[in-house]
Amino acid sequence: MIVGVLKEGRAGESRVAATPATIQQIRKLGYDVVVDPGAGVAAGFTDSAYEAAGATVGDAAGADVVLGVNAPSPAQLDRVRPEATVIALFSPAFDPAMVEELGRRPFTALSMDAVPRISRAQSMDVLSSMANIAGYRAVIEAAHEFGRFFTGQVTAAGKVPPAKVLVAGAGVAGLAAIGASGSLGAIVRATDPRPEVADQVRSLGGEYLSIASPEVEVSKTGYAKEMGDDYKAREAELYAAQCREVDIVITTALIPGRPAPTLITAEMVASMKPGSVIVDMAAANGGNVEGTVKGEKAVTDNGVTIIGYTDLAGRLSAQASQLYGTNLVNLLKLMTPGKDGLLVLDWDDPVQRSITVVREGESAWPPPPVQVSAAPAPAPAAASAQPAPKKAPMTPKQKFGGVALGALALFLAVGFAPAALLPRVTVFVLAIVIGYYVIGHVHHALHTPLMSVTNAISGIIVVGALLQIGHTSTTVTVLSSVAILLASINVFGGFAVTRRMLAMFNRS
Amino acid sequence: MSATLAAQAAYLVAALLFILALAGLSKHESARLGNAFGMLGMGVALVATIVLALDGDISTAGLGLMAVAMLIGALIGLRRARGVEMTGMPELIALLHSFVGLAAVLVSWNGFLNVEYDPDGHEAEVLGALGTLGIHHAEVFIGLFIGAVTFTGSVVAYLKLAAKIDSKPLVLPGKNALNLGSLVLFLALTVWFVITPELWLMVTVTVLALALGWHLVASIGGGDMPVVVSMLNSYSGWAAAASGFLLGNDLLIITGALVGSSGAYLSYIMCKAMNRSFFSVIAGGFGIEAPSGSEVDYGEHQETTAQGAAELLGSARSVIITPGYGMAVAQAQYPVAELTSKLRAKGVDVRFGIHPVAGRLPGHMNVLLAEAKVPYDIVLEMDEINEDFAKTDVVLVIGANDTVNPAGAEDPSSPLAGMPVLTVWEAGKVIVFKRSMASGYAGVQNPLFFKENTAMLFGDAKTRVEEIVGTL
Repeated sequence: MIVGVLKEGRAGESRVAATPATIQQIRKLGYDVVVDPGAGVAAGFTDSAYEAAGATVGDAAGADVVLGVNAPSPAQLDRVRPEATVIALFSPAFDPAMVEELGRRPFTALSMDAVPRISRAQSMDVLSSMANIAGYRAVIEAAHEFGRFFTGQVTAAGKVPPAKVLVAGAGVAGLAAIGASGSLGAIVRATDPRPEVADQVRSLGGEYLSIASPEVEVSKTGYAKEMGDDYKAREAELYAAQCREVDIVITTALIPGRPAPTLITAEMVASMKPGSVIVDMAAANGGNVEGTVKGEKAVTDNGVTIIGYTDLAGRLSAQASQLYGTNLVNLLKLMTPGKDGLLVLDWDDPVQRSITVVREGESAWPPPPVQVSAAPAPAPAAASAQPAPKKAPMTPKQKFGGVALGALALFLAVGFAPAALLPRVTVFVLAIVIGYYVIGHVHHALHTPLMSVTNAISGIIVVGALLQIGHTSTTVTVLSSVAILLASINVFGGFAVTRRMLAMFNRS
Repeated sequence: MSATLAAQAAYLVAALLFILALAGLSKHESARLGNAFGMLGMGVALVATIVLALDGDISTAGLGLMAVAMLIGALIGLRRARGVEMTGMPELIALLHSFVGLAAVLVSWNGFLNVEYDPDGHEAEVLGALGTLGIHHAEVFIGLFIGAVTFTGSVVAYLKLAAKIDSKPLVLPGKNALNLGSLVLFLALTVWFVITPELWLMVTVTVLALALGWHLVASIGGGDMPVVVSMLNSYSGWAAAASGFLLGNDLLIITGALVGSSGAYLSYIMCKAMNRSFFSVIAGGFGIEAPSGSEVDYGEHQETTAQGAAELLGSARSVIITPGYGMAVAQAQYPVAELTSKLRAKGVDVRFGIHPVAGRLPGHMNVLLAEAKVPYDIVLEMDEINEDFAKTDVVLVIGANDTVNPAGAEDPSSPLAGMPVLTVWEAGKVIVFKRSMASGYAGVQNPLFFKENTAMLFGDAKTRVEEIVGTL
């Protein structure tokens, strides 16, 4: 089959669905590749680079599998062959008109932004890979507008404090922003209604600001949900306090299928220091900040810059194309089980089912819901898998009781034992106690030498055999000499091997 | 000063030297001195005993036999000690335990032949006059039992560790009842023997104890061997102590008690590291209980190549290597050491994280790494290193499985639940060296392999590490 790579029609789109590197991978799956003339120019890939990777330049829309970034233009869709498959970002969940438009056509349409959030599909999760790039780029845009260093420095010309960055929402984009600002040297704080992300924030060097509210709970879908009034009031308090303090605010709050929540009010923006920068990554869905202009950069009266770009990922076009292209390659791998260049749509696979918008001209939208793996596994079949009851550690009282009972038992045992045994038992018990304390201090790395040295000294049983040899019967003497032989192996072998082992341990 | 008194004094000195020997092992710096103390103590004890024997009525033939036996034993011991591979340490130690067990059996039989089987003999008369003949009966019997269990148990452990027999647990119907029944039978026979010390009772209990020792260890799987070996270490100590009671020799009692408590303590550490009770280890392996929830869809694992791993390591600032028994099997410790020194030369902070039950012997991994000349101060224990994983760029898991299984920490329904594990998944990237996707000793799938930041590197660990070293 032939895979076609479209030239993007949408104005301002600089990404492309395949790079020379991903084309080589597609060809390994057995496909031939056709690229529209000039498809990759905006992302820095020339036609000759594609040709060098084994593609031909021609009419991509006429191929068997058509790859695009955005939904192709109606003109392009008209040229797609009836039995072909089109793969792009159709946003079927937000764009019913597009679903209807696709439904009028005879081909199969797969939408990459509908990949379910299950671990198996992570390698195809375009939303994550784009959000990652966008989060990084948001920091770069902010740094570009911000008139100061991110990192703190002490120079001959004076001390520079580090910039303070607040990231609202610690999803993929938020985490990328936390990581990027942290590595530029800024002090990073982050908020998120899902308490489970606190560790991820800390792992990237950020400080997690928690909002104490009874509504806070672990997310079941992996996405954030709309919160109640109590939470919102506390959240607003936190943001108001933070806005007075920080230099950079990056907001990433999106709730699937709803307009973006307003986190930063006009008042809060007005309270920020002049020269501060806000990047509103939710601008496309209405924005998290009052005063955001979609797709534009705006400056408020008090000198705060609000960036509302909606093409943050596309601003790193080569990187974004590479990651999107790789996501597509992973999908093609999944759909080309024979690696023979034949695309097979497996209707039973939840991943493939979820992304199918139209199948051979019939609308398949919306797909059945998929159990999200980010959610905790459903409470394991109630009674069957109850965790083993944990033994409660003994209280000091119980411990005292146990020791007292043991002491009494020992007292009775020794008290009623024959008197001749007493000195031996005394020695025995005290030696065990000494042994316990001495061994307790042995370094863990020396446990093997410990075992071999105890091996050697337990060869002391040779003493017993030595005392028995050569006194009475021949049988005893023979048995004793065998025992002496065995115990001697232990004594000499044990000490020698310990010596050898200990000689190997060296400091650096 | 009579020879007897001198010997007693020498025994006390020897016992103190043994305690110093064990105390010396608390630190690397003093360990060699500790071993020297042990040798000195043994020398003192041997000289004192030989002098004591010479002072007694030992026959010339007996003296000759004694010298020859010691000489042969010493030669065999030194030869084994020189030739053994560090991967073969568990086998050697198990074998040495069996010698102590057998020696204890022989000493007990000798005690029987000298006293009970010779009721008109000199020793029997002396004991009879003291009224302690009954105690002697019991001591012979108990010493024999412990010695014989140690002997066959260690032999089976040796055979399993040396892969001469299958290391899978042997499952006989009602095996716990068999073990318990043998113990009860032993107690009954002891009472009988104290009343009437007959030869056939000695034979019966010898056979019973040999069978029990065999069955006890045969029904424990290969992965529980660290516990078994330290348990046998403990038994060999108790066997020596029992001989001490039999012969009225304090040095044997003290030494036996030291060794016995050492083995018991090691077993305790091992069991704690697996979050299992000693009895559950003895009563059977992990694999027997059907792990629940094994049908969970973990998703797909990612694979990497030696090339990819080398690139990752080349750009890392801190690396932790967590080896397991698989490293010993593949003999990969030398290439691993080479990799370590290469990375360290590049300024990468390389350390090792050792789980207490990694390998087939307590401290096995430490010895293997020391043999390959990895400096011991970068080899850390689980508790020392677990907090550092979050700050680490790359973790290499080489031949370890259950000891890095997140189920131990996260899944309360897993058979591994509550087992402290190395939290490798907190690191930036984890590379797992493994031969295939098969599950570990516990028979539990490892969710680590399916984590986002984990990549599998399939194949023989040694070859793969060598390839990485080559690429670097």
